[in-house]
Amino acid sequence: MLNIDSIKKGIVIDHIKAGCGYKIFKELKLHKADYTVALIKNVPSKQLGKKDLIKIENEIDLDFKVLGIIDPNITINIIKNEEIIDKINVKLPKKVKGTLKCKNPRCVTTVENIEDVEFTLVNRETKEYKCEYCDTNTSI
Amino acid sequence: MLKGRHLIEPKDFSLEELDEIFTLAEEIIENPRDYLEVCKGKLLGSLFYEPSTRTRFSFEAAMLRLGGQVVGFSEAGSSSVSKGESISDTIKTVGCYTDIAVMRHPKEGAPKLASKNSDIPVINAGDGGHQHPTQTLTDLLTIKALKKDLSNHTIGLCGDLMFGRTVHSLVKAMSRYENIKFVFISPPELKIPDYIKNELKDNNYYETSDIEAAIEDLDILYMTRVQRERFLNEEEYLRLKNSYILNNEKLKNAKEDMIIMHPLPRVNEIHTEVDNDKRAVYFKQARYGMFVRMALIMKLLGVDKNA
Ligand SMILES: [Zn+2]
Repeated sequence: MLNIDSIKKGIVIDHIKAGCGYKIFKELKLHKADYTVALIKNVPSKQLGKKDLIKIENEIDLDFKVLGIIDPNITINIIKNEEIIDKINVKLPKKVKGTLKCKNPRCVTTVENIEDVEFTLVNRETKEYKCEYCDTNTSI
Repeated sequence: MLKGRHLIEPKDFSLEELDEIFTLAEEIIENPRDYLEVCKGKLLGSLFYEPSTRTRFSFEAAMLRLGGQVVGFSEAGSSSVSKGESISDTIKTVGCYTDIAVMRHPKEGAPKLASKNSDIPVINAGDGGHQHPTQTLTDLLTIKALKKDLSNHTIGLCGDLMFGRTVHSLVKAMSRYENIKFVFISPPELKIPDYIKNELKDNNYYETSDIEAAIEDLDILYMTRVQRERFLNEEEYLRLKNSYILNNEKLKNAKEDMIIMHPLPRVNEIHTEVDNDKRAVYFKQARYGMFVRMALIMKLLGVDKNA
């Protein structure tokens, strides 16, 4: 297995569904990071068969809520002195701003440039969110 | 307090606030002369990004009858909008010149977007297939004025119940009042969607495809048209269009004081022979539409006859 040094201080995003790692990497804008970051793909996993993993060697303030939208099963480990000091379980947030796109072609958000369109969770099971402008449900 | 507010969808206003508007509308109907100048010096911006002559006339007539004036455009092609100006820039500019704006737009949510960027009240005059709150206000005032109360009625809704925006809004709005029963009359292909029914109690409605069997139960019969653009093929459209035409024969067993409503324009779903029946109120309904818009404009501007 590919060896990546463990980190002293930072964040490990674990149990990412294989293939979703890059999406999260981009969503957190890690491709623009000037500190050490690693995206590791297709790591063998007991739970998932294969998983992706992201390691961030920095204390940064990330909006973890948006990760729930991409993959609600991931876990986030906060590391200090090479030890996990905190585990965050993400879940689908009740409201999201600026991450989702409305799938209704008749919606005003498809033609106007609107930042921060707000979506409200209407169904946790089907992962459906309602657009604040046209009330149409969009599933993720 | 309604002054300075927007009307984007019917539930923006509480039942008490709606009642305030209806009470004022009924006062205007009683004494229209008292209101000839209440909006003197006020300007309505009429922003119609798609043509809707009926709705635009109703708003413009309402403002002019209050002594106010109107500026605006009646289709996007003739305005700066066609040069690609954003809705938010347009409303900010319009807000510099006018006191209140009314917006019709083909895109769903456009008036809401305008309201978020506006310093003046914005009224949604229809956004695609989404909301048309002043039609709902019109329907409610008609019922209140002609049936004396918004509670304790059995309302039959007939025609295209699947796509009919007007019907969906009316059902939602009426279900906020006490002891309302709905009868959904439609061909099986055009039944009312589940998400509307899910918000009603089971014993508050029934569905049928037989208008003649249902008609004797009704205090109010709300007819709608079946729109051509909803159908993929012409045959299907023609078959369904003709399936629920109201005529004198079908009205035989209806109550004496039932009222027949229709948002207009009609195609052929109400035979013209019904127009002479005293129960036919659809032209009156259009008039109530103007009065309710007069009351709405006054409330949002915060003007009254004693000011
Ligand atoms: Zn939308």
